[in-house]
Amino acid sequence: MTPVILYALLKIVGFVLGYVMLTATLLTWVERKQSALAQDRIGPARASVFGFRLGGLLHIPADAIKSFTKEDLIPDTPNPWLFKLAPLIAFMPAIVMFAVIPFGPGDLIISSASFGVLFILAVTGISVYGATLAGWASNSSLALLGGLRAAAQMISYEVTMGLSLVGIFMVYEDVNLQSIVVRQGSNVLHWGIVTQPLAFVLFMAAAIAETKRGPFDVAEGESELVAGYFTEYSAMRFAMFMLGEFIAIVGVAAVTVTFFLGGWQIPGLEETGGWYTVLQVSGFALKTWFLCWLQLMIRWTLPRFRYDQIMRLGWQILLPLSLLNVLITGIVLAIIHG
Amino acid sequence: MTATVKKVERVVPDLAMKAYLPAILEGLGVTTRHFVQNLGNLVSGRKKSKRGSEEIATIRYPEEKREYPPRFRGHHRLMRREDDQVRCVACFMCSTACPANCIYIEAGEHEDPTIEKFPVRFDIDHLVCIYCGMCEEACPCDAIRMDSGEHTAPKYSRTDQRVQLVDLLARGGPSIAKQGGRFS
Repeated sequence: MTPVILYALLKIVGFVLGYVMLTATLLTWVERKQSALAQDRIGPARASVFGFRLGGLLHIPADAIKSFTKEDLIPDTPNPWLFKLAPLIAFMPAIVMFAVIPFGPGDLIISSASFGVLFILAVTGISVYGATLAGWASNSSLALLGGLRAAAQMISYEVTMGLSLVGIFMVYEDVNLQSIVVRQGSNVLHWGIVTQPLAFVLFMAAAIAETKRGPFDVAEGESELVAGYFTEYSAMRFAMFMLGEFIAIVGVAAVTVTFFLGGWQIPGLEETGGWYTVLQVSGFALKTWFLCWLQLMIRWTLPRFRYDQIMRLGWQILLPLSLLNVLITGIVLAIIHG
Repeated sequence: MTATVKKVERVVPDLAMKAYLPAILEGLGVTTRHFVQNLGNLVSGRKKSKRGSEEIATIRYPEEKREYPPRFRGHHRLMRREDDQVRCVACFMCSTACPANCIYIEAGEHEDPTIEKFPVRFDIDHLVCIYCGMCEEACPCDAIRMDSGEHTAPKYSRTDQRVQLVDLLARGGPSIAKQGGRFS
């Protein structure tokens, strides 16, 4: 193997396994603990090994053991292969998305393809197939409704998501994520959240809707659909859906950091290389963690929207606003550049 | 006008309300305040905050137990006389009053002629009992009580839930109430 391949492999293992998967796994614990504390509860604290509880952290291995040893139930369905394929389809796009996200300066990006943003939009579009196929293959009315809702929601919010990023392309004049981060620079006033504040809000709303969480979780709608599209899933297949959802949270956080919070840039730090790079990579990690925390907090603060409210919000409010954002950005840019 | 009609002013949402964002930020502020305070208490090991409002409401059940009110009706017990004999005279008042028919009594002749009868068997089926407290209301001798403050424990078999005289007596204590109730 050549050093180039080794280096690429190192980046994949280090970033995707070492950071993304670790964060997603920890998030399964963080979400329960954080929601508990926000609601004046204790949260998971029971799993123990030789009397050590570690604040409930041992629930993560406990959940893993449970998922692997439980019965893998496949319902009476005409599409058993589709049923088995759906968790993979839901899981893979969430991970693949990290290929184009720069986690550090220079070549600290798995694939510096020039079509970065399009790749992200395409991959998040694919991820809904997992939910829809799961709902279809489950041969259950509840799962089918959940899958349909997931599909409808994805179609509605994908538009806003793409359009809110158009403003970013116009300001930074590039679609490669690394170039966008470089052009945001180390000056906070040049970051996406300052130059495109409306786009930031729109993108966050659309992205949370894409992850089917927070106030937009009608696709799972416990009160009416049991568990939505993964009602019929059990054991590790169910865990794949859950883990995919948590990876999607990290994905949304990482993408938002890249577009709006300056990526790996640290305010006032121009130099790169050596220890500066380490500092900048950890800066990216911390920013992403903060946005993960924010997403969890939003979920445990806001009540769920009704299905028709989600549709109206998507098409009648967010879509016109994102178009307006593009228009205003165009006018302002035309004035600045003369 | 028979009913009191309260006129509620309809709130006309202004732009700030329609934008949702201020309200969302306010809500995030509330949950974040609770989160930060509880996290601080958890890390520092404090039980209560200074303000007292952000207090963990969870009771860690098997280790901590909630205090029951004094009139809580729990596991039955049979009381004893001063000479440690069972107070019950097998009058069947409790089993007659019992709406669930969960009390089974077999009476026996007592050697002491001043005591009319005593229970040879006194079974209560706790799977049938509805914990209404009618038995202790009916008892003229202060023999049966439900003031143990304990739950009926879960058991592995149905027959184990049929509590016998010995167990009921073991839970009981002395009672110095005058025997025979009102008409003695």
